[in-house]
Amino acid sequence: MTSSAEGIGARVTRREDKRFVTGKGRYTDDMTVPGMAHAAFVRSPHAHAKVTSLDASAARAMPGVEAVLTSEELVADGVGNLICGWMIHSKDGSPMKMGAWRALEGDTVRHVGQAVAVVVADTPARARDAADAVVVEYEPLDAVVDALDALKPGAPQLHPEAEGNLIYDWEIGDQATTDAAFASAAHVTRMEIRNNRLVPNAMEPRAALASYDEAEEHYTLWTTSQNPHVARLVLSAFYNIAPEHKLRVIAPDVGGGFGSKIFIYPEEMVCLWASKKTGLPVKWAADRTEAFLTDAHGRDHHSEAELALDADNRITGFRVKTVANLGAYMSLFSSSVPTYLYATLLSGQYAIPAIHANVKAVYTNTTPVDAYRGAGRPEATYLVERVMETAAREVGMDPAEFRRKNFVRSFPHQTPVIMCYDAGDYDASLDAALQAIDYAGFAARKAEAASRGKLRGIGFSCYIEACGIAPSQAVGSLGAGVGLWESAEVRVNPVGTIEVLTGSHSHGQGHETTFAQLVSDRFGVGLDTVSIVHGDTDKVQFGMGTYGSRSGAVGMSAIVKALDKVEAKAKKLAAHLMEAAEGDITLEGGTFKVAGTDKELPFFQVALAAYTAHNMPEGMEPGLKEGAFYDPTNFTFPAGTYICEVEIDPDTGKTEIVDFVAADDFGTIINPMIVEGQVHGGLTQGIGQALLENAAYDEDGQLLSGSYMDYCMPRADDVPSYRLMTTVTTCPGNPLGMKGCGEAGAIGSPPAVINAITDAIGSNDLVMPATPAAVWQAIRQGRTAEAAE
Amino acid sequence: MADVTMTVNGKTVSKTVEDRTLLVQFLREGAGLTGTHVGCDTSQCGACVVHVDGKAVKSCTMLAAQAAGSEVTTIEGLASGGELHPVQAAFREHHGLQCGFCTPGMIMAAVDMINRLGGPLDEATIRAELEGNICRCTGYHNIVKAIAAASAEMAGVRTAAE
Repeated sequence: MTSSAEGIGARVTRREDKRFVTGKGRYTDDMTVPGMAHAAFVRSPHAHAKVTSLDASAARAMPGVEAVLTSEELVADGVGNLICGWMIHSKDGSPMKMGAWRALEGDTVRHVGQAVAVVVADTPARARDAADAVVVEYEPLDAVVDALDALKPGAPQLHPEAEGNLIYDWEIGDQATTDAAFASAAHVTRMEIRNNRLVPNAMEPRAALASYDEAEEHYTLWTTSQNPHVARLVLSAFYNIAPEHKLRVIAPDVGGGFGSKIFIYPEEMVCLWASKKTGLPVKWAADRTEAFLTDAHGRDHHSEAELALDADNRITGFRVKTVANLGAYMSLFSSSVPTYLYATLLSGQYAIPAIHANVKAVYTNTTPVDAYRGAGRPEATYLVERVMETAAREVGMDPAEFRRKNFVRSFPHQTPVIMCYDAGDYDASLDAALQAIDYAGFAARKAEAASRGKLRGIGFSCYIEACGIAPSQAVGSLGAGVGLWESAEVRVNPVGTIEVLTGSHSHGQGHETTFAQLVSDRFGVGLDTVSIVHGDTDKVQFGMGTYGSRSGAVGMSAIVKALDKVEAKAKKLAAHLMEAAEGDITLEGGTFKVAGTDKELPFFQVALAAYTAHNMPEGMEPGLKEGAFYDPTNFTFPAGTYICEVEIDPDTGKTEIVDFVAADDFGTIINPMIVEGQVHGGLTQGIGQALLENAAYDEDGQLLSGSYMDYCMPRADDVPSYRLMTTVTTCPGNPLGMKGCGEAGAIGSPPAVINAITDAIGSNDLVMPATPAAVWQAIRQGRTAEAAE
Repeated sequence: MADVTMTVNGKTVSKTVEDRTLLVQFLREGAGLTGTHVGCDTSQCGACVVHVDGKAVKSCTMLAAQAAGSEVTTIEGLASGGELHPVQAAFREHHGLQCGFCTPGMIMAAVDMINRLGGPLDEATIRAELEGNICRCTGYHNIVKAIAAASAEMAGVRTAAE
């Protein structure tokens, strides 16, 4: 097998697929342990209420019930409060105001679905029955669900720690220079922009199976996690469940994450605690309703944005004020999302000399909000690209040419908001997308659509995002409680097969294939001789997990470093065995060769020699196994242009996406098939946000869209087939030149869709999701405004 | 409690279960066939689709007792003799899956679709027919491609056999 057929850049079908297409995947809820009991949570029906009494006597007497456990016992056992692991300071220097969050709440519930007690019983149904029989009395309090309302004087207060529900009042950039740019601007575009709240909705609901071994004082937790080592660290260091060496966390096959499975939630903690408390293994699997109510939501921003232009239509300043709804509690990385993952991307693809952003993060009586596919970057991109499109319309420039005029063209480029773009070619992706969509032919297509009574529009989005998080020292200086490196270990077995242990976690990304492609490419060995091991803290020493499109740029870089070490040792040994100079050894097609001679040794023979250790260079240890930690030197900056064409039926307001072109620059691509799949999925989530999805609350804090009957997930007939292409500038910051592709689709697509719709209907007053009703209203309002003029 | 017997993937399975036991619970917990998944509680997502007497059924919406005496096929019973079913093979070939959680239901729904409608199927038909199955990973693009390819292949096989 040669490296080219299965190596970097090859469109290899996935090695993990056989188990998934035959029903042999092993997800957390598929696991069983002898004697296993089942947990069901008693949840608050109120968004904000005092818990005045809890009577579990009837529930405890029901058949099969092992225990009903409450907040009081949890607190008495010293289980810690949930924490947010990223410290943000307000502009006045004060630290963020974090309210206490208990895994079971006994005093004041702050969102619908918050757990107040847990029932452990012999079957899931009996646990559920008993949970229904726990009598909890509540004294309802006024609730607040909208972040702007929560900041108003007299609004209901959630946490005593956070006066006025304000968590932080943060800023970035230089206010004085930005204000000066506006003072001398030839044109200013002003917009109010809402980024709608979303529910991540990985298809596998969260689940946990916790088993406590009393003799060993050791816990095992199978759980739906994107980062099992981080889970163990937090459960150990902050929640006092067990010291790390007494806690094994296994994240087996995981059915999608999109960010929602990064965080440590109350339910997983409670299962661990309950397994010790009851002496039984305890399993909990969320139903979809629980997922809607308790999985961390995404987005939910109110923003005001202003763009200043000079007389030549060059951008001179960008000023943003954002209010971010963080829900009822601060989830694990919630504080970083509307700050360092958001405002640092407000320069977009553009050379903007002055930027200032102010972000207020606010408590409300809603489900906690944290990272969801893109995490901050979709909010930034939506803001920048809606404003860019609107500004182009206002000054009468072609939206593509207005963007082009303002593109960053020399690299590295330091923005006014921390980020230093290392490489890119934004003209290349714009050109590729314009050509693919046949921009010149749009007017004719619009006219043809009009002849059928349809409104046709075209919308652009030139996105940039930051991936590969991140240099540990840099994020540490910005408040992160962890480092964001990654680890890898490469074990060459005596027969020459290779196991790669990685701290990254695959929950749909195909690491078992792409990571093996890297090894195949490097050593010229067949994919079938390589296995990828991940997701188990007993097997992999440590890792930071998978989120932020970091597994390629960071995780694979760690593997490269470990492969470097293995190769160096193997070459040294091969040189010794073939009695040649180390510098003359090459590794090609799975064989070590001595340059300029016909001497060669297959890879497996060198591996075997390392383990027999009969003939080693002096001082060399036996074995062939190396580990490495890789800490990134910078973020990576995937970027691209998306162009959407829509047709709208003016009588119904229904939008049809008739064409969607995506031109992305992801740097080096390991497997184009997998990368395309990531983009397809991301685009569909972004289109879902733009057209369909919305976590809607009523004023009392009830989630109105709390099931698949109400929350409109994109289905197959809601979205088109996509036309994808890539342009490449490699990332100079990591050994493979990778940038990351997991989130781009969700980041770049919403503004392209909304820009296309507003272009079609000639009215810019439209919020997401652009449902038929919303679009129909916007058309009507646009006509009314026109008539009034 | 009810004594329920059915044939699952060609084998007889008998269990004594609570009356309220759903078919999906019977399959997952009773028969140990965990390939059939539960992704929602409102019969919307389709992760639990199996075939009951040759028809696609959401097994979260049927009581085990209702399936008593039936022939049930789950994702585990689709391949025969170590050979993947053409739809399984097409999902793999066309990257029609990522996390794999919706995949069993998608494949069982696709097999039913092709059985009912024949092939080759066009994109619009496939997208409309997938109304009852939700995927969050793939954006459906490659699922549609996989089903189109499988339907063409199966139609070709049928034509050749006739």
